[in-house]
Amino acid sequence: MSTDPTTETTQATAAPGADQAAVRKAIASTERPPRASALSASLTFGWRGMLKVKHVPEQLLDVTITPVMFVLMFTYIFGGAIAGSTGEYLDYILPGILVMSVLFTTVYSGVALNTDLTKGVVDRFRSLPIWRPAPMLGSLLGDSVRYVLAGTVIIVLGVILGFRPEAGVGGAVAALALVVVFAFGLSWVFTTIGLLMRSPNAVMNAGFMGIFPLTFLSNVFVDPSTLPAGLEAFVDANPISILATASRGLMEGNAAAGDIAIVLGVAAALTAVFAPLTTRLYRKA
Amino acid sequence: MTTQPTLAIEATGLVKCFGDTRAVDGVDLAVSRGSVYGALGPNGAGKTTTIRMLATLIRPDAGSARVLGHDIVSEADAVRGKVSLTGQLASVDEDLTGRENLILIGRLLGLRRAAAKERANELLEAFGLIEAAGRLVKNFSGGMRRRLDLAASIVVTPELMFLDEPTTGLDPRSRNQVWDIIRVLVAEGTTILLCTQYLEEADQLCDGIAVIDHGKVIAEGTPGQLKASVGSGALHVRLLDPEQRSEAARVLEAVLGPITLEPDSAALTAPCTDADRAAEAVAELTRADVRIADFSVGQPSLDEVFLALTGHAAEDEETDATETIEEEQAA
Repeated sequence: MSTDPTTETTQATAAPGADQAAVRKAIASTERPPRASALSASLTFGWRGMLKVKHVPEQLLDVTITPVMFVLMFTYIFGGAIAGSTGEYLDYILPGILVMSVLFTTVYSGVALNTDLTKGVVDRFRSLPIWRPAPMLGSLLGDSVRYVLAGTVIIVLGVILGFRPEAGVGGAVAALALVVVFAFGLSWVFTTIGLLMRSPNAVMNAGFMGIFPLTFLSNVFVDPSTLPAGLEAFVDANPISILATASRGLMEGNAAAGDIAIVLGVAAALTAVFAPLTTRLYRKA
Repeated sequence: MTTQPTLAIEATGLVKCFGDTRAVDGVDLAVSRGSVYGALGPNGAGKTTTIRMLATLIRPDAGSARVLGHDIVSEADAVRGKVSLTGQLASVDEDLTGRENLILIGRLLGLRRAAAKERANELLEAFGLIEAAGRLVKNFSGGMRRRLDLAASIVVTPELMFLDEPTTGLDPRSRNQVWDIIRVLVAEGTTILLCTQYLEEADQLCDGIAVIDHGKVIAEGTPGQLKASVGSGALHVRLLDPEQRSEAARVLEAVLGPITLEPDSAALTAPCTDADRAAEAVAELTRADVRIADFSVGQPSLDEVFLALTGHAAEDEETDATETIEEEQAA
């Protein structure tokens, strides 16, 4: 293969590209390190997600501007009509909007995964000797940072508008943590959808078609006791209602342990069903 | 079947269907360690699907294969630990910088943070990318992207590399740079399975070639054997006066063998194994007072190889699009 004439033409054309001696050294010099642990591989994918936010900070607009709009609109437009005053409604709606905006953000996890699949880099990830769920788990860990960010924006804005959680900073942090844990479980549903749909847009549509009615058919915006009986039963059983109730409770310092347990249980169940499903679909994608 | 340590890839009867299409229809391959083996064929022939099966990305519907002694289905993880894949779309993350891409792969392969950074810099330097290292890959040129792709494939030296059309879409200079890198990898003993639709590329780089069409291996051999089976080239002649074509045909047939008349009424082609004979044939034409407008001696193109081997021409892009869509549907 490497006869003399070949080597000569090789050197003549190599000028600005690769340095052949260095390439030779580079390929000769490595020993295969021990495999990356499941944790390390997942965290590396989380790091990848963070880098994307760093390079395209615009994508944070979704998770910051939209919730701000919701808080302002609901508080000042519906507040007086629903709760008598904007101040009283803010106490009710703020934990609700926290839930809503973080849950809406989970849809983007599915959209991002679907977008990834159209790129060649997924082939490389799938040909690496890594723990199979690591790419998904890692990007959801990265997304969780976005959930925290979206939630923090809401709570800070609420405080500026006069919201004072009775359980103080600790209560607000606990409520945010609970919402983020639930969002993590729910986002596995959207990664599954992300792997089943043909295009990022389809994922977005399907995702919001599900999450939008579920959020409105909860106690996020209004007290369900004003609803027709059948609807009220549905709203009371909706896990999003239970999550909103638990968040309100944590912020006020009177959360029911049972609500928190249900929320954690639902998050665990969603993860148990949809995480393996996502991993399976990703392997075959 | 027992493991034969001399074979890097040993595939028997691989089949993969997408819907009604048998994208790969019984492919056998035997690639020895340390060689560069080319899978040559037009778009949609099943080359990419074959590579994706061997790299454990998709499972075969029938048949079996061992890569570096490991079964691609039951020991897929062991295969992944020894190979690297450079896919048809450049397998790098466009939304990260060049350096971040290499660190990412290094970390995923188990390098510690500092080692991954150091290795990334070493590779960026070696592949002439150090100045662009901080730029997002989506702003890279096609050639730079391919070089980064190759660098990502050797962050940890693989025992076997899959290269799927590494130079498709590159300008000649970038193509030469990629070829140079591949030659270095080969000289260092890496086994490579290379998919290409360019005969010249297979000829330049490969020790052995399998010609693939409609999901089947239709010919196999060294580049020399393959070209010899097609005839190594042809003498193309255009005459000043079309009237003289039958006279020219008689002369060329006498010197070179059975000629082909071309659609252009002043042109004809004769098979030609070496350039000396071509010169002789042209001299004979002059001696017979046949006046020549121009002539050329050409290597057989992939089209000619295909025509000779299959009786049909290499098919166009459309087939490839079909394959991609069907793969998506199957997914």
